[in-house]
Amino acid sequence: MIRFTAIRLVEIAATVLVMSFVIYAVIGLMPGDPIDLMRQADPRMSAADVVRLKAVYGLDQPLFARYLEWLRQALAGDLGYSRLFAAPVWSALLPRLGNSLVLMGSSFVLALGLALGLGTAAARRPNSRLDAAINLFCFAGVSMPTFWLALILILVFAAGLGWLPASGVATAGTSDLGDRLAHLVLPVATLTLASIGGYTRYVRAAMKEALAQDHVRTARAKGASEARIILHHAMRSAMIPVTTILALSFGGLVSGALVTETMFAYPGMGKLIFDAVMGNDYNLALAALLLATIATMLANLAADLAYGWLDPRVSYR
Amino acid sequence: MRGPLLLLAGIAAISFAGPPLGAALGIDSNGVDLLNRLAGSSLSHPLGTDELGRDVLVRLLAGGRVSLTIALAAALAAAALGTLVGLVAGYLGGWTDRALMRLTDAIIALPLLPLLIVLAALDLGKLGVPPALARSDDISLLRIVLLAVLVGWTTAARLVRGATLVTRNRDFVRAAKSLGAGVPHILWMHILPNVLAPLIVATTLSVGDVILLESVLSFLGLGIQPPLASWGTMLSNAQELIASAPLLTIYPGAMIFLTVIACNLYGDALQQRFDHSEAVRV
Repeated sequence: MIRFTAIRLVEIAATVLVMSFVIYAVIGLMPGDPIDLMRQADPRMSAADVVRLKAVYGLDQPLFARYLEWLRQALAGDLGYSRLFAAPVWSALLPRLGNSLVLMGSSFVLALGLALGLGTAAARRPNSRLDAAINLFCFAGVSMPTFWLALILILVFAAGLGWLPASGVATAGTSDLGDRLAHLVLPVATLTLASIGGYTRYVRAAMKEALAQDHVRTARAKGASEARIILHHAMRSAMIPVTTILALSFGGLVSGALVTETMFAYPGMGKLIFDAVMGNDYNLALAALLLATIATMLANLAADLAYGWLDPRVSYR
Repeated sequence: MRGPLLLLAGIAAISFAGPPLGAALGIDSNGVDLLNRLAGSSLSHPLGTDELGRDVLVRLLAGGRVSLTIALAAALAAAALGTLVGLVAGYLGGWTDRALMRLTDAIIALPLLPLLIVLAALDLGKLGVPPALARSDDISLLRIVLLAVLVGWTTAARLVRGATLVTRNRDFVRAAKSLGAGVPHILWMHILPNVLAPLIVATTLSVGDVILLESVLSFLGLGIQPPLASWGTMLSNAQELIASAPLLTIYPGAMIFLTVIACNLYGDALQQRFDHSEAVRV
């Protein structure tokens, strides 16, 4: 187990290193150039200034040399300066990370809770009408384009009924908790509806298998109540695959929800990545993408470890 | 199982037949009519017109043709690439297998949408592609197909590798080998037929995934470029008019939703039909 974890950590470190170079190189291929942007903003800049600025920022160096310099500074904890936020990358990143944790965390808890109920209800009576209805609901959730769902929710609840705010994290100038919660409702609803289908199908499959096991039949023969059978006997083994999804979703907590956050102008990591990529903010985009990569890979490792820990039949050599 | 397939076939049929039919009636999907903007439904424009006076119905069908073509091309190409990788990894085993599977795992473990956004925003001019070509419709189509293949091949690769590992030591493969059959022959004639069922299911499901991916990228302005219609670009335009013309938002989204859910339901039905172990247990 320790050996397995160590090997995986080394692999993750290697992948992140490779990815950092790939992302660094690819971001340089995006439209626009920071010095050109400066030049457009300031008509008094001459061609000589451009050459001088390129030398100052090291842009006259070859790609790999620039990357090594970035890597040296990044390893020393200096991720550079964000052009878009006019602040160090760290101070632009951290508040957004907090916002994404709140958004993704609450929608995850909500979706998982509902999925446990729906999935169990469907698994108890396979091929019943209820099962078919839940199945269709799951497929509808998985097949719905997230941004369309967001648009419709905005159309109905914000533009139409005017019940809820459509964008942002709080009304400007207020620090009221109720106001913050109202701003969370539509994005959380979007994310929950989009993810609940997948979760429910996992829970249903796991529950169906758990309910078919011998110890559940024994419990039933002993005369245990239905609630006790579900909660005590079947849920335990059904929770193994569910824990895996739980671990996997930690990656999402950090990388945020790009589409949903952009739709609701919610200042989280997903919108930050999109804005940084679109706004030629190289330092910020690079740091945010790498952070998302590291989080996703660690979440995958956590999922594997949780699986092995919960199910003694699984062994990692 | 017949319902989703009929729905899918119906959407494909009207998407491919609609634009030529519209052209025959004198309606062009990109035909601008500024005097007739945001019109309601009428006999000449059954679903009304959009913000530039273009016929919404014809545009919806033309967009469907683009979205479906991309999805089919990408799903098939991803399946082909994944099959090749899976066969090679599973059959050769050893070092090749380990390297290819590490690559597959690495791609699966990446935050894909943020990274795809970066790739979709790439300036091809900086890679040496002539600007006229880099901005053409064909390139924007091809770019989405490539991106979808880049993230989509891993499912097929894993499936095919797994099945190859199981099949390669079966007696009929050994028999073929001892009769002097070459590796390509064994892979093609003896191993591939055994993985076809799960592969077809995965490909069907991936058609839906690609349609969603295309719509997201186009919606964010990184996929199909206007004036070419796709369901994603239509939604992107409609977003600004959501208060004044909400129906423009409803139509393309509903088309995406119906197509994707049909793919998913059909894939699921196929899976249950192919999955014998499930049938026995019930």
